Amino acid sequence: MAQTETRTTITQVTAPRARRFRLSSITPSSRYYWLRLLLENPAAVLSIGFIGLIVVLAVLASWIAPYEPTFVNPAERLRPPSREHWFGTDDLGRDVFSRAVYGARISLVVGLAVMVGSMLLGSLIGLIAGYYARVDTLLMRIMDGLEAFPSILLAIAIMATLGSALENVIIALSVVYAPNIARLVRSTTLMNKRQPYVESARAIGLRDSVILRRYIFLNSLSPLIVQCTFVVAFAILAESSLSYLGAGVPPGIPTWGNMVSDGQAQLQRAWWIAVFPGMFLFLTVLAVNLLGDGLRDALDPRVRKR
Amino acid sequence: MTAYILRRLLLLIPVLLVVGVIVFTLIHLIPGDPAAVMLGREATREQVEALRERLGLNEPFHVQFFKWFTNVLRLDFGNSLFLDQPVTRALLDRVQPTGLLTLYSLTLAVLIAIPAGVVAAVRRNSLLDRLLMVFSISGVAIPNFFFGILLILLFAVILGWLPSSGYVDITDDPVEHLKHMVMPTLALSFSAAGLMARLVRSSMLDVLHDDYVRTAYAKGLPHRHVILRHALRNALIPFLTIVGISLAGMLGGSVVIETVFNIPGMGRLLVQSVTRRDFPVVQAAVMVVAAVEVLVMLLVDILYVYIDPRVRYGSD
Repeated sequence: MAQTETRTTITQVTAPRARRFRLSSITPSSRYYWLRLLLENPAAVLSIGFIGLIVVLAVLASWIAPYEPTFVNPAERLRPPSREHWFGTDDLGRDVFSRAVYGARISLVVGLAVMVGSMLLGSLIGLIAGYYARVDTLLMRIMDGLEAFPSILLAIAIMATLGSALENVIIALSVVYAPNIARLVRSTTLMNKRQPYVESARAIGLRDSVILRRYIFLNSLSPLIVQCTFVVAFAILAESSLSYLGAGVPPGIPTWGNMVSDGQAQLQRAWWIAVFPGMFLFLTVLAVNLLGDGLRDALDPRVRKR
Repeated sequence: MTAYILRRLLLLIPVLLVVGVIVFTLIHLIPGDPAAVMLGREATREQVEALRERLGLNEPFHVQFFKWFTNVLRLDFGNSLFLDQPVTRALLDRVQPTGLLTLYSLTLAVLIAIPAGVVAAVRRNSLLDRLLMVFSISGVAIPNFFFGILLILLFAVILGWLPSSGYVDITDDPVEHLKHMVMPTLALSFSAAGLMARLVRSSMLDVLHDDYVRTAYAKGLPHRHVILRHALRNALIPFLTIVGISLAGMLGGSVVIETVFNIPGMGRLLVQSVTRRDFPVVQAAVMVVAAVEVLVMLLVDILYVYIDPRVRYGSD
């Protein structure tokens, strides 16, 4: 019965008309209380809205973009924003709005893929290091070593060896942010493994892999989700920096980073080429960060910021 | 206390070793023959073989690593493939712009963060407190290269007050030097200033509720005195770590900012070397920055021993 009750509440939460009233019906004892806290936070709701918009742009890019992102039209060079070209055109006559819409794809794909990659890699390392004391020191010294590099520098160095390609950007940034996740998972693992439920799981003879997955990893999930949100933001920022420097995705593909770089050369004559994609980048990262803050406050109300 | 410092120094060895292994291994992760990749398509078989020999790529991995690492400890990174000079020389030529840029940015960030954080904590929820929040949240979200470009747009293109890029040596013309450094410094310090200010604010808030602050007020000390002498001094203890971490962020950020403003520093050299496939330079630049960072964090930890007696007693 309790099951159906929470179900109905949750569908009503997402139904916009009844939201205000229904949201408050989720009590602190409900397991969906965090959702209520999150949706009562205006910054988080705005952020979810903006991220949703960017996701729609990225997914539907070929329908939304009025022009081909790589369509060169010398007759329309360096046109300021107008009704035909919302964000103007660049020095090759390409439509800046269309390119910015396609650029959203790269940023989102990198953000999400790096989140998954670094979470898998980092969680695995963190679980092993936290659970098996024998390899702890070795693994954590390697993480120390990786963290000694400023993250963008390590990413550049890895890109230098792997060469520019989308999948290499994802690999490089997953390696860069894995230590961060590993450290977090290790500390929750150290805490969880002393808990009575883990001891009892061991006592009834469950295999380590099951204990790690079911009793330790799942209990680390809420701080992990928060951290993963921030990894998305870091990864989008880092990808744009790599693209800006010409060390990321190959130059032919429009990304927010390389559009800003192209635009810098035309700053005297055409500010719009750099400013629009840059604003997209800024607002997206801002929204993801604010969502992360909101999730943190909602999932762990004890550490609510003052 | 000496024992603590000694132990920290000893811990430095494994970390630097791991850093070295990572940097060294990178060159071996190049798909195919590193020597052929570095020389490009036009290289003859003899040239490739000669470079393999010069880089020692024909020897077993651990022998190569040992030789490379002992050379690195003597600050010998071999010769640049592109610049026709030793890598160490090339880096030394470019230390000044990077070092000064980082120094200016760190100073500016601290000078903004401490007063802003203190005022925001003392006048909690005031307009200034809210502005600080907006400032720091934007600082973290805006890519530093884009912020740099917005600065160029405003101060160079629209207002025409500052040169849009380039670098002037401080010994040649200090005034022009500073003019060229204003925008890079602002761009590099923005996010760190916001983060630091937030930290000062939250640790001030912690401290303001402590007993000794209440005692200070109770014995009739003026507000200013309590805030600056009693609260701030203790609030600044965790600040030191953020300064260390920010320095790392700035060393990384300077790679991007030097490219934005065309400053001939180590970061610019690193980016150029990546496109030139000049791997000895890439390795050296990355290694040097990581080593600096490790040393800074060590220095921070040691400073704690002097600043905060609790660390001293807690350690043994």
